[in-house]
This record gives sequence, C-alpha cells and structure tokens, in this order.
Amino acid sequence: MFSDPTVLSISQLAESLKKRQISSEDLVNSFLERIERINPEVNAYITIDRAGAIKAAQDADNRLDAKQGGPLTGVPIGVKDLFCTKEVRTTCGSRMLHNFIPPYESTVTSRLKAAGAVMLGKTNMDEFAMGSSNETSFFGVVKNPWDLTRIPGGSSGGSAAAVSAGLGVAAIGTDTGGSIRQPAALTGITGIKPTYGRVSRFGMVAFASSLDQAGPMTKTAEDAALLLQAMAGHDPKDATSIDSPVPDYMASLNDGLKGRKIGVPEEYFATGLSTDVASVIEEAKKQFQDLGAELVPVSLPTTKQAIPTYYVLAPAEASSNLARYDGIRFGYRCENPQDIKDLFTRSRAEGFGSEVKRRIMLGTYVLSSGYYDAYYLKAQKVRRMIADDFKAAFTKVDLLLTPTTPDTAFKLGAKTDDPVQMYLSDIFTINVNLAGLPAISIPCGFSRDNLPIGLQLIGRPLDESGILSAAHAYQQATEWHTRKPVL
Amino acid sequence: MPIDPHYETVIGLEVHSQLRTKSKIFCGCPNIFGAEANTQICPVCAGFPGVLPVMNREMVNMAIKTGLAINGTINNFSVFSRKNYFYPDSPTGYQISQYDLPIVEHGELFINPEGQSKKRVGVTRIHMEVDAGKSLHEGIVGASWVDLNRVGTPLLEIVSEPDMRSSEEAGAYLKKLRAILRFLEVCDGNMEEGSFRCDANVSVRHYGAEEFGTRTELKNLNSIRNVMRAIDYEVERQIDIIENGDTVVQETRLWDANNNSSRSMRSKEDAHDYRYFPEPDLPPLTIEQSHIDDIRARLPELPDDMAKRFQDEMGLSEYDAGVLTASKEMASYFEIANQVVTVAGKKNAKATANWVTVELLGRLNKNGLEIEESPVSATNMGKLVALIQSGDISGKIAKQVFGFMFDDGGDPEQIVKEKGLKQVTDSSAINSEVDQVLAAHPEQVEQYRGGKTQILGFLVGKVMQATRGKANPAMVNSLLKDKLG
Amino acid sequence: MSITADTVKHVANLARLDIPADEVEGYVEQLSQILGLMDQLNSLPTDGVEPMSHAVEMLMPAREDVVVNSDARDLLLACAPDTEDGHFRVPKIIE
Repeated sequence: MFSDPTVLSISQLAESLKKRQISSEDLVNSFLERIERINPEVNAYITIDRAGAIKAAQDADNRLDAKQGGPLTGVPIGVKDLFCTKEVRTTCGSRMLHNFIPPYESTVTSRLKAAGAVMLGKTNMDEFAMGSSNETSFFGVVKNPWDLTRIPGGSSGGSAAAVSAGLGVAAIGTDTGGSIRQPAALTGITGIKPTYGRVSRFGMVAFASSLDQAGPMTKTAEDAALLLQAMAGHDPKDATSIDSPVPDYMASLNDGLKGRKIGVPEEYFATGLSTDVASVIEEAKKQFQDLGAELVPVSLPTTKQAIPTYYVLAPAEASSNLARYDGIRFGYRCENPQDIKDLFTRSRAEGFGSEVKRRIMLGTYVLSSGYYDAYYLKAQKVRRMIADDFKAAFTKVDLLLTPTTPDTAFKLGAKTDDPVQMYLSDIFTINVNLAGLPAISIPCGFSRDNLPIGLQLIGRPLDESGILSAAHAYQQATEWHTRKPVL
Repeated sequence: MPIDPHYETVIGLEVHSQLRTKSKIFCGCPNIFGAEANTQICPVCAGFPGVLPVMNREMVNMAIKTGLAINGTINNFSVFSRKNYFYPDSPTGYQISQYDLPIVEHGELFINPEGQSKKRVGVTRIHMEVDAGKSLHEGIVGASWVDLNRVGTPLLEIVSEPDMRSSEEAGAYLKKLRAILRFLEVCDGNMEEGSFRCDANVSVRHYGAEEFGTRTELKNLNSIRNVMRAIDYEVERQIDIIENGDTVVQETRLWDANNNSSRSMRSKEDAHDYRYFPEPDLPPLTIEQSHIDDIRARLPELPDDMAKRFQDEMGLSEYDAGVLTASKEMASYFEIANQVVTVAGKKNAKATANWVTVELLGRLNKNGLEIEESPVSATNMGKLVALIQSGDISGKIAKQVFGFMFDDGGDPEQIVKEKGLKQVTDSSAINSEVDQVLAAHPEQVEQYRGGKTQILGFLVGKVMQATRGKANPAMVNSLLKDKLG
Repeated sequence: MSITADTVKHVANLARLDIPADEVEGYVEQLSQILGLMDQLNSLPTDGVEPMSHAVEMLMPAREDVVVNSDARDLLLACAPDTEDGHFRVPKIIE
C-alpha cells in the first residue's frame, strides 16, 4: 500500500488503519524492521519490546476489525524509559535501574495503551533525565539523525531521535527544564510540554517533582493534540494532578491565528543567539504576522535568573527523590557490602553516573544546614518572580514566541567537561517549567549546515489548545516539519 | 523516688501515636499490626520508583479531632515537608512530615498526678507524619531483615512543652494523653505494640535557676512505668554528674529496661542535617473553618468533661472521677454498672464507684489485668451493688460473692441464690438462732447483764456464725438487746 | 560561598555517595563553578516575595480511607537484589 509507512503521521496512519488498508501488525513490523536497521546507528532505544508490540498490534487489529478503534488504535510509539511499564524493563538510562522490571504501570502509558497505542519499546535518555545532550545515559549516547556526529538534545533525546529517524510514529517524553522541547528543536520535530499537573506523574520516575511533566513528541502539532488528548486529565493517584476537564484539542485545532496577540520577549533575543537561529526566527515571526497574528514586544526581566534558580531547585528535589536508590529493594547493589553504610554509599556511587552524582551533591549542598536560606529559599522566591513576570506578560498577550534553543545541535562531547556551558543550553526552556506553563516547540527552519531550528510558543496555564492551534496554523502554512533526515 | 531537693527536674515529652485509620496514610494498604512480614506493602509505601503519595482524609480528620481535644489551634493552612535521612527501614530515604507549619499548635492538657492538684501541661504542636518500617536483627545470621509493613502507618507526633517536673507528672501526662486518644478512638494507645511511643527530654537545674540545664533524650521507653523509671534514673545520673563537677552532654540515651539503666547511643557519625524542604508531591493542606467546626460539634465526651459530670451529677470525689475516666473502657464499665444499679431502683453512684475503684481495680491490679479483661462484667458488678443496696446481702457477704464472681464468673443473683447467701430478715428465724446462742452462752449473758455491754459484739458474732453470715446484723443487734433487756 | 574538600566530603556523606579521594578536587572545582552561577541570584532583591514551592497553586486533594491494595509482597520482593524468608536482606545493622 505504502512504500514506507514509517514516514507518516498519526493522523495519516489512523485513516489507513481505520479503512483497514494496513494492519497494525504490518505497521509494527515495518517499524521493528527499521529499528533493527537504524537503531544501532542512532541508539534511540534502550529496550525493544518486540513480543509485546506485536501482541498489542494484534489486539488493536481486532478492535479495528470490529470498528471499535480510536485515533490512536494500532499506532506504534516509543516511550521514554522513565515511565514505569509493567513487566517491561525501565532503566531511566541508569546502571542503577539496569535490571528493574516494574510490577506496575505509569498512568501515562496505561492511558495510551487503553487508547490503543502500541509501545514499540523504551527510548534512551539522559540518566534520570539529567542532561541536555543525551550523553549521560548508561546505555550510550544518542546521536542526532540529522548529523550522527552531533547530540540530539536531552534529556528525551532517544524519543526525539526515534521520531526524527522514523523509529516510531511518535514518542512520549518528559520535560523538567526543556527535555521535550530542546531535543524536539534539535531534531526537527514537534514537542509539547503541557501545563504542570495536566498530565499525571504517577509511574514516571521523578527527577524534580515540582517541574516534571510528560508530553508527546511528534511529527506534527495535530499528532501532539491527538496524543495529549489521551494522556491528559486528572489522576487520583497524583496529588498534583489538575482536576479540571480536558478540552477537545482537535476541535480547536483549526482556530487559526487571526487576531491573536503574540508576545515577543526582548530578553530572548538579547545576546547569545546564533545568527542562524536569529534569522530563522525572524522569518518565522513574519510568517505568524502573515497568518494574522499581531506581534507585541514584551519584557520578562527575570529571564536570566532562570538557570541559577533551576539549578538550585531541580537538584535539591532530585537529591531527595534519588535517595530511594539505596540498593535494598530494587536496582543495583554493590558487591559484598561490608555494612549498611557501605551498601548505601557504594551502591549509589557505582549505580549513578557522574552527572547524576554532581546534581545530588549540588542539591544536598543547597538544602544543607546553613545554606538553605541563601540558595534554596532564595531560589524559591526568584521562582515566584519568574512566574509573576509571565503572569504580567499574559495580561497583554495570548501567547509568547521565542526560539527554543540559542543554537543548533552541538558536536558530541563538546560540552561534557563543562557543566555550566551545558546548563546554559536550556536557557530558553527552563523558565517555562519554573512557571508551570504549557509550551510547544515546532520546526521553523534550518541552519546553513542543514540542522533543524525550533521555535517555542508559550501559553497561559491550561491553554494547550491555544499553542496547539497556533502551531498547527503555522504548520499548515510551512513545510519545515515535513523534512526528514537522510539515514 | 527521693530526688535531691536542691535540684528541679524539667521534662518534655514527644509522643508518637499511630492512628487507627483503615488504610495507610499515603496509599491503600491496610493499616494493621502483626501481619506476616512485607504482606501489607505496595509500590507506594515501599518507595518504588515513580510512585506518589495521596493523603488519607481520615488522617487529617483524626489530627483535627486530637487538636481540638487538647484545646489547640487548628491551622487552616499547613504544609508537608520531607525530612531526609538514610535508613534501611525508611524506603524513600525521607520521611514525609510537617516542619514549620504543623496542623496543630498551642494545645494543653490537664493532669491529675496522684496526691497532687490538677496541673496544666502545654502541648507545643501536633504534626502528621509517616511511620517507618522495621529492621530485624535477632537470630538472623550475618544479616538484618527489613519488614516494611509498618511503613506508611499514620502517625501524630505530639510534642509537649517542658512543663513537667517529676516522673509522676510525666506518667500522669501520658495516661491523660492516652485516655484522650482512646476516647477519640484515634489511637489504641498500646505502648508494647508501639502504637503509642514516647521519647523523653530530661534536664535538671538548681531550684530557682532561670535557664534550663542541658537535656538528654531518652528512647526505647515501651511502657509508662519504663518512662518513669528511665526519667528517675536519668535525673539521678545528671545530678551525679553535676555534683561531681562535670557537665551533662546533650545526647540520645537508650533505656535498657532489663538492667534498669541507660546507655548513650553511639553518637551519630554525622550531626543530624535533615535538609527539610516542602514536599513537592503534596500541595499545601488547607482546612475550611466550617470543617473544623463540624468536627468540633461531633467530638465525643472527653475524660475531663466526663469527670466533671461524675462529680457534679453523681457526687463523686475528684479522685474517684479521675480514676473512673482514666480510660474509655473504665468509664464505660462504670457507667454500665451504675446504670444497672439505677435501673434496679437503688441509685447509688458513690457505692458503685467505690466497688469499682477499690474492690475491682484492687483485684485486677493484683492479677495484672486491664479493665477490659475483667472476669466480672459491668452488668454483674452493677447487680452486686444493687443486691447490697436492697439489703439482700451484707457488705461482707458481697465480698464473698465478688470473690466467686472474680474467680468463676457468673451472675451475683444466681450465686446468692445457689449458695443460699441471701440475708435473713425473717425475725422469727433469727429469733430462734438468738435464743439458741443465749442458751449456749450463759456466762457471757451474765457478764452483759452485769454491765459489761461490750460483750454484745461477741454474741452478735455467734449469731452471724450460726446463720453463716446471712442474718441481717442490725436485726440481730436489736433482738439481742431486747432479750438481754 | 566557597566549597572546600571538607565540604565535598561532608555533603557526600549526607548524600551517601562514596567519593574516592582522587575525585574530591574535581567536585570542589565543578561545584564551585556551578555555585558561582547561582551567586548571581543574590543580586536580585527578593524582600517580601513569597517562596514558590509548587508550579501550580492548588489545594491538597485527599482520598477516602479505603483499603484497596492486595498483598504485593512477592511482586515487590522479586525486584530486590537480596531477600530471605519474605524480607529484604541487608548487611547486619549494628545499633
């Protein structure tokens, strides 16, 4: 039927699946075959669940045959390896969990499975989601499908590379400081981080609990809407999950840009932006105007404070969240522990990689006696100011438009020895997490060396509809999101 | 225990009470004691990756109840924090607790130490937190075992002001607090099973000193008696140190009940640095005032109110009222017994109280039994008192009957009937016994008539003996007097 | 605020991380560098600003007091590196 079904979007595939022009099982086999061929180069997956995927595809085919399928039924996706999946190994990219097979399922994956999506496998990631380049995984670096000598971004780098390289129709990622949007931008795909609390965190291995949020990584904004529809909604198992109805994202997808006010925060264009990114974003702004939006200059004065604020708060929470990895109940345990303290300190030292240890140290330090007020409490206050800046901006505009990253994907290894430089690459995405807002990254052009560039749209709390429809309008008028790397 | 009169003891108590919710604090596992190891656990309480806590509504309600019962302020806004420390029985590596914004502050309770007047003890705060699991060591070769069943049991930590001045006051505080928790039905107060645990902060100072002395924290106190013994021991130890010119070291000491002594817990390698910070998985807890008012309106009668009622309406002494309201079981035992006496038309709360506090509690204590284990039911106790009140049996016979009841159980009416112990009030029957006694003791009759009237007691005794105690002593007295003229 | 080798050792102990002696200097350097980045927060006046610990302002939900879990012992123990007789097994703990 199709020469290569792996290039299609969810909405394109759903139609064919529904009409039974293609079976989910055939589709899954096409992807598994492609994964087998290409994954060794890209390293997007840690675990392939071949048997589970085929079984799920057969179930989906039965439902489709009985005309009981939904828009996701039979659609093969990748899932970041920090969502706990029952009976499927969940490693979090860490030696610590290299052998962990959860006896329970995350809310996100159970909802997606209930909607008929087929999980191909678990995608690679920075260890415990700590990283911006996907170089900290215990299971090896992920490579950018557009240039295998470059990073795909992180921490959901495996999910991004999988979608970009056609190793899944879509993938699920998580975003604590940009971990969906930054790799989406660097691999030329669409990625949305919903409002904090819109998607349940239950069963998602925690990095920084007050910032973590799951979201879809897709070929189009429309696909993102379809997946988010299935993922979002209140979960009684997550006390921070928002208890308000989920709007119909597809119903508003074609709302268009006419009359919408889009703020352009001047601080995002001040310094540090590469010339390629700057000129591509300039073009995109014009496109938005052409589509009927009104661009309004706004100011977010605390923008520069986001990085230090984040790198106090996120490691602090992480240092506590990662205390449960102690070698007793699951995961890695050191050989021949001499006593209980030795069991703790060596299991943790050997089970965690260097970036995770660095952040645990940092987080422990900023919470420790004598430093709490100077770092942690101070950062909590600045966090409030950052959130207030956004609040003020959203009294004047409906959306904000920014570059997703200051530059395109860098070379593998370029920043591994310089944590500060690495941290600075999240400068445009982090403040959105601190404020808990929804934001989407969409492809908006390429650099002169043919690397993807992403544009970020930030919305008001719970206005996923607004950013999805704006992104969709842009994608209807442009073709950047349809470009694919040659592998 | 006599304490050096130059020193004053200062005691503050921290009580951890396990709440009797059906499920655990943050997950749906059963909250029960004594199950087979690790059978009451799920990924949430066992601290597995990715799971999240969700608050048990009943836990909050129980905390509010307790706060109201001790006259505390219920904070409409309170926050959960993480207390970070590594220990094998703390699976998350942190304890979810409350730190700077607890649910209850500024409470108080009133204690009645034996032989002393009522005293107020301040309650600084009550906060909600989660219990840890257990590590098992004994009898395990080369290893320890971890049982996580207890992890997630809801705990209230109740912290007193340093207002107590003797081990007796500390004991009275614990009894009163335990009674309140039991009256509220929030905690079963079983110290041996660990559902009511106490750490004591103890210091001494010279009388009149403004500043507190250096305090030590006593742990492993698994009964009220042990709390009191440990405090007495610690006070002596501290005074000895000071008298020897040394200084008391601030430390945690472990009480060893078997050796009646305490030892310093190996000073922790690292000074505690718990790195408290607000629990990001739980939004702040807000409680509507109307909800608090609702709970207040439905509070059960508490020990102090009940004791006051016993005094005002039944005329009991403050002491008896205190004893009878020391526990919910005690109070309800007394009230049932008293009800039986009243229904029998022989209302006499004082007599009932007396029988319960003296005879019954005396025998229970001697046998190491709690009121709820009493072989004499409250109904039967009431019947016994009613039998005395109606004159069916004498007090002396009643004690005999009570003995039968305590040893073999049973209904006193039946016992009296079966054993023929009913008091003889038929004057003709007593008359013949009196005549026989007088005939048998002419010498004593002679002496009485000669003016030695105190001999009457001997003759009464002989009649009672002959009737095996069943004759009404008053009737015997007057008949004898008549006949001896 | 400056980080020393002692700070690193103290923090590593709190975090229960075994850091070999030859790695301590590396941590001193990197943590100092990162904390240098954070010190720029001090230039921002924050008097009277309410600290923010949750991304979204919401009230704590609560669940009903109902037992829902069945015994998961065997499933959970199956994840553990060392178990014995229904328990998680650890090196002897000395009080």
